[in-house]
Amino acid sequence: MARAVTNQRKAINTTAAWIIGLLIFFPILWTVLTSFKSEAQAIADPPLFLFFDWTTENYSTVMERSNYGRFLWNSIVIAGGSTILGIIIAIPAAWSMAFVPSRRTKDILLWMLSTKMLPAVGVLYPIYLLFIQFGLLDNVYGLTFILMLINLPIIVWMLYTYFREIPGEILEAARMDGAGLKSEILYVLTPMAVPGIASTLLLNFILAWNEAFWTLNLTAAKAAPLTAFIASYSSPEGLFYAKLSAASTMAIAPILIMGWFSQKQLVRGLTFGAVK
Amino acid sequence: MGRIQLKQVQKKFGDVEVIPPLDLEINDGEFVVFVGPSGCGKSTLLRLIAGLEDTTSGNIDIDGADATALPPAKRRLAMVFQSYALYPHMSVRKNIAFPMKMAGMDQAEQEKRIANAAKALNLTDYLDRRPGQLSGGQRQRVAIGRAIVREPAAFLFDEPLSNLDAALRVGMRMEISELHKKLDTTMIYVTHDQVEAMTMADKIVVLHAGVIEQVGSPLELYNTPRNKFVAGFIGSPKMNLIEGPEAAKHDAHTIGIRPEHIDVSTTDGLWQGTVGVAEHLGSDTFIHIHGIPGCDPMTVRASGDVAVRHGDTVYLTPNAERIHTFSADGLRMS
Repeated sequence: MARAVTNQRKAINTTAAWIIGLLIFFPILWTVLTSFKSEAQAIADPPLFLFFDWTTENYSTVMERSNYGRFLWNSIVIAGGSTILGIIIAIPAAWSMAFVPSRRTKDILLWMLSTKMLPAVGVLYPIYLLFIQFGLLDNVYGLTFILMLINLPIIVWMLYTYFREIPGEILEAARMDGAGLKSEILYVLTPMAVPGIASTLLLNFILAWNEAFWTLNLTAAKAAPLTAFIASYSSPEGLFYAKLSAASTMAIAPILIMGWFSQKQLVRGLTFGAVK
Repeated sequence: MGRIQLKQVQKKFGDVEVIPPLDLEINDGEFVVFVGPSGCGKSTLLRLIAGLEDTTSGNIDIDGADATALPPAKRRLAMVFQSYALYPHMSVRKNIAFPMKMAGMDQAEQEKRIANAAKALNLTDYLDRRPGQLSGGQRQRVAIGRAIVREPAAFLFDEPLSNLDAALRVGMRMEISELHKKLDTTMIYVTHDQVEAMTMADKIVVLHAGVIEQVGSPLELYNTPRNKFVAGFIGSPKMNLIEGPEAAKHDAHTIGIRPEHIDVSTTDGLWQGTVGVAEHLGSDTFIHIHGIPGCDPMTVRASGDVAVRHGDTVYLTPNAERIHTFSADGLRMS
């Protein structure tokens, strides 16, 4: 018998979902609202919710003071580059783990994931020294590389999960049909895994875009992405909440818009294998 | 050409020996069926020939050349899988063209072969559809089309009909047999269905626990099974195997008599029994009879108009010339 869901229960669930959704969204909403206030209104007590003098002054100030375009471009290069590089490395890795597993495959997967459990600051010192050694400090390529490494375990894990859903017989058929390893991955596996690869791309792009620890510690001016752009407004000489909020809104806007348009793909990606 | 020889081929998965060393010869143009119960190693053997599994030891020769270490793509074999294994993201046309594309064949030749295959398999109207838009039978035809266009040395079929419904299965069985006659190419066909094996094969290889129990033509296996396993496996309904005093009368440990080689009467006969279940198929009646010493129940195949019911007493007389005798170790005696 199907589980009976009463209307009352449905209403409670819907309300609860909305409350949780709004709670999660509230900080973003508050940031956006604050960005349209004056500095005085931003710290007003009690806080002003909607009824204040709306102004875009903060945005013009922020645009005047910093080169938003350069930060944005750096973010795109670092997030996009690290994701694409990661995918290129992860596809063959996930292929071998999914289709020709060895006795140690599970251990390797766990070990890869365990590197994500290490606090990043634990390896800051050696990485910083390596970056100095190789002249990669404040360098877009250096940052792309390190972010790729940091997200690689997640990319491999996600692709591995998708690939496991692809019937092995189809790849065997490709082998019988004369496909070598390269053709098998290029013409059969990858097109079949497009939805999975797309959601992996999206999720990792978002993760890399929002990554703050390494981007703040390994950059100064040249390679700084939008995370550094936000940080530059949390100045020690005084709190400029409104300008900080404007900078934050500008930093998260591109990724928010992208996420909005691709939410179907993202949800599918995150629940893949769990719900079928 | 498609002559395949297996020489002392052995397969182990870890410490488990799935196929103990075996020898087998498949001649050019032969339709060979590997048959046996689930888990007997027949699919593994096919995959070893295909190159999808590596042999643990032994050699596989294709047309006289050692192919043991060759990758599947280099063996000039085409395979049809149980699940069809079509490429879901490609149209029927692209599915069929894929092996030719991999071989770098020129476009005009590809088109020609696709058209021929599509015509032969009634797929012409479906060439631009995706596999997901086809029925099971059509998908199987696409899989066969993809195999044909390569003009392989041999075709390998891994239980290709088990996903189809009964009526379609009979139709496809005939289509594959006709295809074999037309192409005259070696075909190796794996099935657990002995009816498929009997109706299609030139040569049947009966496997049990990775061991070849017998190799022969369908009628050879039917008439002179080498041991009790083959006797029980080939033929439907199964051969009745009788142990005890009745077998001792023939100086054997076990005697076997097929259901169709027993006469049934309501008045007199050698053995007396009681009807358990009578299955009336119209053309035949399968009667399961209890109370025969050494074999319970005994199955008899009688003509369709025999009117017996549950609980009736019947008398059975086996055709003496059709009795098979087996020794204590299960091997055929006569």
